[in-house]
Amino acid sequence: MTTLNRRSLMKAVGAAATLSLVGTTAHAADKVKIGFIFLGPIGDYGWTWAHNKGREAIDAALGDKVETIYVENVAEDASAIPLIRDLAQQGCKLIFTCSYGYMDQTLAVAAEFPDVKFEHCTGFKRTDNVATYNSKFHEGRAVLGTIAGKMSKSGSLGYLGSYKVPEVVLGVNAFTLAAQKQNPAATVKLVLIDSWFDPPKEAAATETLINLGCDIVTTHTDSPGPLQILEQKGLYGFGQGADMSAFAPTAHLTAIEDIWGPYYVQRAQAIVDGTWTSTDTWDGMKEGTVVIAPYNAAIPADVVALADAVQAGYKDGSYDIFTGPIFDQDGVEKVKAGEIMTLEQLATIDWFVKGVESAS
Amino acid sequence: MSPEFIIASIVTIIGLTTPILLAGLGELITEKSGVLNLGVEGMMLMGAISGFVITALTFNPWLGVIGAAAGGALSSMLFAVLVLQLNSNQVATGLALSIFGTGLSSLIGVSFTGRIVPQFGSIFPDVLAKDPIWKLFFGYSPLVYFALIMVPLTAWFLKSTRAGLILRAVGENDHSAHSIGYSVTGVRYAAIAFGGAMAGIGGAYFSMVITPMWAEKMTAGRGWIALALVVFAGWRTGRLLAGAYFFGFLMWLELFAKANGFGPSLPFIQAIPSQFWAAMPYVMTVVALTLISSRGNVGASAPACLGKPFLPST
Repeated sequence: MTTLNRRSLMKAVGAAATLSLVGTTAHAADKVKIGFIFLGPIGDYGWTWAHNKGREAIDAALGDKVETIYVENVAEDASAIPLIRDLAQQGCKLIFTCSYGYMDQTLAVAAEFPDVKFEHCTGFKRTDNVATYNSKFHEGRAVLGTIAGKMSKSGSLGYLGSYKVPEVVLGVNAFTLAAQKQNPAATVKLVLIDSWFDPPKEAAATETLINLGCDIVTTHTDSPGPLQILEQKGLYGFGQGADMSAFAPTAHLTAIEDIWGPYYVQRAQAIVDGTWTSTDTWDGMKEGTVVIAPYNAAIPADVVALADAVQAGYKDGSYDIFTGPIFDQDGVEKVKAGEIMTLEQLATIDWFVKGVESAS
Repeated sequence: MSPEFIIASIVTIIGLTTPILLAGLGELITEKSGVLNLGVEGMMLMGAISGFVITALTFNPWLGVIGAAAGGALSSMLFAVLVLQLNSNQVATGLALSIFGTGLSSLIGVSFTGRIVPQFGSIFPDVLAKDPIWKLFFGYSPLVYFALIMVPLTAWFLKSTRAGLILRAVGENDHSAHSIGYSVTGVRYAAIAFGGAMAGIGGAYFSMVITPMWAEKMTAGRGWIALALVVFAGWRTGRLLAGAYFFGFLMWLELFAKANGFGPSLPFIQAIPSQFWAAMPYVMTVVALTLISSRGNVGASAPACLGKPFLPST
């Protein structure tokens, strides 16, 4: 039997106090929280899937120092504000909002939480605690356009997009210009379906493009649905955001893969070190953010060489698809011969190049 | 426009129409029994994931469809117990079922994302199914024919069978049906289960036929269109079929108007923004509701007991 006297009681209380103190210290020194706002489901196998891979890269690299949380399926409207705010209130020190449509919502919440850092993907509005980052997907689109322009028999290409935002406009323009370098008569039929993720609508839009004579369709929406339609029809297309060849082994010529991991890890490290500043990062093939997936064996060797040349040109800086002369849909010269569009011009572009057929 | 283009477009429209037709037929029967089940979207997703999972496990799409029907029906039973046994509000419970089905299907689907499943072969010989002209009749998935057969079957059931008469009696006047000895609750259980099964098969059309894959929320709101379709059709089978194809046509027209761009054909389509076509199914539903309501006796064709809990006095 233990006798409970005053001294042993004091000891016990002291021990308990120490224990709980240790617990708190461990907790306080615990991890820095980093939050993510995702557009689609993390299982979309495209855009959000790639961002989530980037988040997992943080966990893998800095898992002992940081903890990541995310919200998926966040609409690009006012409903994003309470969700971003909620991440800030949960103690996140750094919040990534991973789509263009969160621009003003991110700025609104950032103004309420000056001590929290925000990173807005594909946007162009920055403040002291809001950085922007983007990826030069259009470099990848130039590779796809090169392949499509060379491989298309009809010269009529399909482009399935989401909304008329700079990222999509750049993609359409880069794809069209690159295709026209291979086949000056190439035209691009564009359908913007007003959604990033709607497999049945993506499928029906792909069928409609095929019915109108397109023999290669590239997608700038996030599901592998269009590729499955192309596979059924024996035609070709490209993956978006991730290698989607598992869904369409024959139709999948290659894909643009978004590699966010290195950037996310670098920014998370900056938060841990306290060195974070508001920056504007726009990386591409050179930095390894945009990667072209393995080529399908169906691509002839000469086309592979052309595609590789575009990739190499972007890596050493000798190639830029947005080199003039460039004409818009009405035939007006927008970029003079020899001029290269600036990053500012690219970030706010709202016109399509000649050869893009679109009513939207 | 060439005949091949028109035929290919009709094939696309039929693809757009079939899932809402299937789910709409199921909801029509449910509503005819006096129960308003707003959970169609959730049941479709449960059907889509159930069908996909069963197909992935058994490598048999026919078993997958049965699984889809079972998945949709099982999820509808949750709704049925709440509204029939506990007399909960049908609107709120239906909405809850939609949210629940969306969430549960995502949860089940986590480990099935990115997998490929075997597809239905065509049931007719390739000579017919792959022919650019004959595919208009023979080139579809079995589920398309199933949906088309179910339309006259449903009409016949409601109009010419004793069971159909009882179902309608329960929906029009539950107390009278009860007083002459019919089990109102039992009939409604069956109607809800049928609605769930059909919604489930409609959902499976997405995950097994159009784009044979699983992706969260892949029905992308078609369940709500199916609900609107039932109202648009004024709870009549023939009009449901016509309405489904009309809605499918409008969905296709939006895409065609966009893709056609500056093409030579149909200049009047280009003059109208594509957003107009995108909004049309919903605009037409409002118009249909207005027409139905303005016929003097409000909601003449809606089942009289629609949405009301059955509380027998004895």
